[in-house]
Amino acid sequence: MAITRRGFVIGGALAGGGLLLGYALAPFSNLKRARALEARDGETLLVTWVKIASDDTVTVIVPHSEMGQGVHTALPMMLAEELDADWAHVRMEQAPADPAFANGALARGYLLGEYDVPAALSGATDFAMRKIAEYLHAQITGGSLSVRATGVAGMRRTGAAARWMLVQAAAQAWGVPASEVTTEKSRLFHTPSQRSARYGEMASAAAAFDPPGEVPRKPRERYTIVGRSLPRFDIPAKVDGSAKYGVDTRLPDMLYAAVRASPVFGGKVASFDASKVAQRRGVVRVVEIPGAVAVVADNYWRAKQAVEALPVSFDGGAATSHSSDAIFAGMEAALKTGGLKKDYRFGDAEGALRTAAQVVEQTYRVPYLAHATMEPMNCTAHFSDGKLEVWGGFQDGLGARVQAAKFAGLPLEAVTLHHTAMGGGFGRRGPTVNYLERAIQIAKQLDRPVNVIWSREEDMTQDNYRNASVAHIRAGLDGSGKPIAWLYEFTEKHDPAEATWIPYGIANREARYATGTDPIPFGPWRSVDNSHHGFFIESFVDELAFAAKQDPYQYRRALLTDAPRHRAVLDAAAKMSGWDSPAPKGRARGISLKESFDTIVAQVAEVSVGEDGRARVHRVWCAADPGEVIHPSGIAAQLEGGIIYGLTAALYGEISIANGQVVERNFPDYPMVKLADAPAIEVQVVPSGAHTGGAGEPGTPPIAAATANAVFALTGHRVRALPLRKHDLRGAPERWRPEQGGNDEPT
Amino acid sequence: MQIRVNGTAHEVDVEEEMPLLWVLRDVLDLTGTKYGCGVAYCGACTVLVDGVATRSCTLPAAAAAGKNVTTIEGLARGDALHRVQAAWIEHQVPQCGYCQSGQIMAAVALLQATPRPSDADIDAAMTNVCRCGTYGRIRAAIHAAAQA
Repeated sequence: MAITRRGFVIGGALAGGGLLLGYALAPFSNLKRARALEARDGETLLVTWVKIASDDTVTVIVPHSEMGQGVHTALPMMLAEELDADWAHVRMEQAPADPAFANGALARGYLLGEYDVPAALSGATDFAMRKIAEYLHAQITGGSLSVRATGVAGMRRTGAAARWMLVQAAAQAWGVPASEVTTEKSRLFHTPSQRSARYGEMASAAAAFDPPGEVPRKPRERYTIVGRSLPRFDIPAKVDGSAKYGVDTRLPDMLYAAVRASPVFGGKVASFDASKVAQRRGVVRVVEIPGAVAVVADNYWRAKQAVEALPVSFDGGAATSHSSDAIFAGMEAALKTGGLKKDYRFGDAEGALRTAAQVVEQTYRVPYLAHATMEPMNCTAHFSDGKLEVWGGFQDGLGARVQAAKFAGLPLEAVTLHHTAMGGGFGRRGPTVNYLERAIQIAKQLDRPVNVIWSREEDMTQDNYRNASVAHIRAGLDGSGKPIAWLYEFTEKHDPAEATWIPYGIANREARYATGTDPIPFGPWRSVDNSHHGFFIESFVDELAFAAKQDPYQYRRALLTDAPRHRAVLDAAAKMSGWDSPAPKGRARGISLKESFDTIVAQVAEVSVGEDGRARVHRVWCAADPGEVIHPSGIAAQLEGGIIYGLTAALYGEISIANGQVVERNFPDYPMVKLADAPAIEVQVVPSGAHTGGAGEPGTPPIAAATANAVFALTGHRVRALPLRKHDLRGAPERWRPEQGGNDEPT
Repeated sequence: MQIRVNGTAHEVDVEEEMPLLWVLRDVLDLTGTKYGCGVAYCGACTVLVDGVATRSCTLPAAAAAGKNVTTIEGLARGDALHRVQAAWIEHQVPQCGYCQSGQIMAAVALLQATPRPSDADIDAAMTNVCRCGTYGRIRAAIHAAAQA
């Protein structure tokens, strides 16, 4: 067993002939949570597995969930590249949610054929280490981690190690030096003696070799798989209706349930009258679970009709008093009260503000947002013989299984989790799985499997929301308009820690935040804290450029002398958009820059304002540096999707709270960008060769500010509170009224 | 009542007001047609009723009785995909894929009515929601299918 600095490759023979290899991570025992888990489970975590069968089939086992981001294709590509595999023979399997194989002893059991397939976990680039430690024993698909962690750490090492072992086997069989053996498309060659063999023929012999430690990687110029837009494995089933999502789970004897939960978070069921619906056609049971009632029926529509007709009253308790207005007022008050927590501090921002020639100060805010995945939350659960089986879509399958065991009061071994396709994730199917909890509570009262489906209304009102937030920002400019102080105060900090970071060269910078201002359930929402900090920071930098009477692009550019990657991305976006040429009549452009998940993204939005006073985004130019590109079409798709997701929120998105309840109940109240109002998006990837960044989230953070900055350039209306649809953008704004935080003078 | 789906007649015993969506999904087990909102906003439930793109989540079963319903499962002819499906693969349109059955059915209806649609025709016909934001590729795939 070869030991490397952080992990090691383990391998063995495959039952029935062939080679099996896995990459395992060493434990991170300096963390409390890791220690607690280790005490139970042992010493290693498997990141990646590959099977090479005697018929040449290469099966890559991927520990992450596919939710449309393409990881089930991109990760096998990274492995196949290092392996020099023939892509036509590469298959993908998703690892089951099973921590057994995160355990070294049990992994050996797997090698001996005692277990079916191993599970896995993320990888280990330097940046990702902290994340991984947090998510130990989680198969998290989030934080745009799949490619940048699992792919880089696990897939490449395992592929390279497997190739090395095949080469050793061929060299031994042919009696030639390993250095003379070459590989291409799943074949081994010894050119001097004109010999060749298929990988499948050498796979069993290769299994006899000890896996190597670090193996040199293939140089990028020799890539034949990575960097190509290969067809995604998951797409054919998504165009013929055969892909099975959680909501499509069908089991013998299965029932359906519809839920109605207390509309006030944390409320209780006060009373209900089951007799009013019990006799309805198809209704099997009316059940009460903590904070909710459910009707179980022979089809979903009957269950839904009945639960909506069921007389029920809830007791929301003290939480009934919550309202958006009061929450925002509390957030603003908290920022004024002081006693804020330190986020980061370089230099002396407060001192520099006092010496500045000009001080700019503004307050921004963003509302709560729902995820509104296309597939409403659902989960199927079945208890029998003291065991629990669940079916559904989970971004973190293993974490969901651990939670299922807790909800069910069963040991982990008694819980089996079946992955289904996911009709959107965006964070909703990540760590906060209240839909799993409710399904288990309902199934516990039944002896048959039950598919618990939330109506869109339940989905929208029982979400875990992107937090509302307020930011109060001050900057001091010197006589030339260059910022010398940046004091950034905001409410609530979740994740990732660096979301508040700015790339601009400002000598004195401080960020601090208020906590305890937000009573509404939180969940990670595509790009998490970056989604609002992108809006706050990049709107405010635009205001600084205006105060300095400088072009917003050139102003940013001048502050990026020590951030060449950021400047290159900003330049690319400006150039794509024709920044220096006038926008078409009646339109204007705005620019924005935000790094998140190790990928730097700059966007230019071109907007007009209609006779209805609403903004419309016609075009978006997006430049991104994700370090390197695995699948060009895939990263473009993710950036395009991230822009639409962020633009929907910027234009329309608002979840509001009244009497402790979510007001918006379905899409008509929480509108979506549709095809007709989607901008034409051009993506240009400018890979710097730096370490691999994420793709799923970084498209989202810049778009709100790019749009709002364009609206300002066009109309003089400076929108500091999202969404844009709440603002009538017609006519020139009123003159600068600093005492009311009013609009700026138009340029 | 009798409902004809993908060329096969089915005798179903359901309430007249049960939406066609749930007859398809829960009675006939055709799960390719999806539930998204239940209020005819998102279009995930789009099927063809006598060739017209229809949101099945608000269409009572009784209104579909005696008509020809086509779902995503009925689009291919054996192994031969419909040209819209083929264009969807060629342009690698789906991400999560949940809305795509409805998007494809809406596109099929559009091309039947308007074989060479303009961008404005596509804007008017394609009112389904995609949370993954695949709209640009949907537009490109429709233009490609129109040329196929």
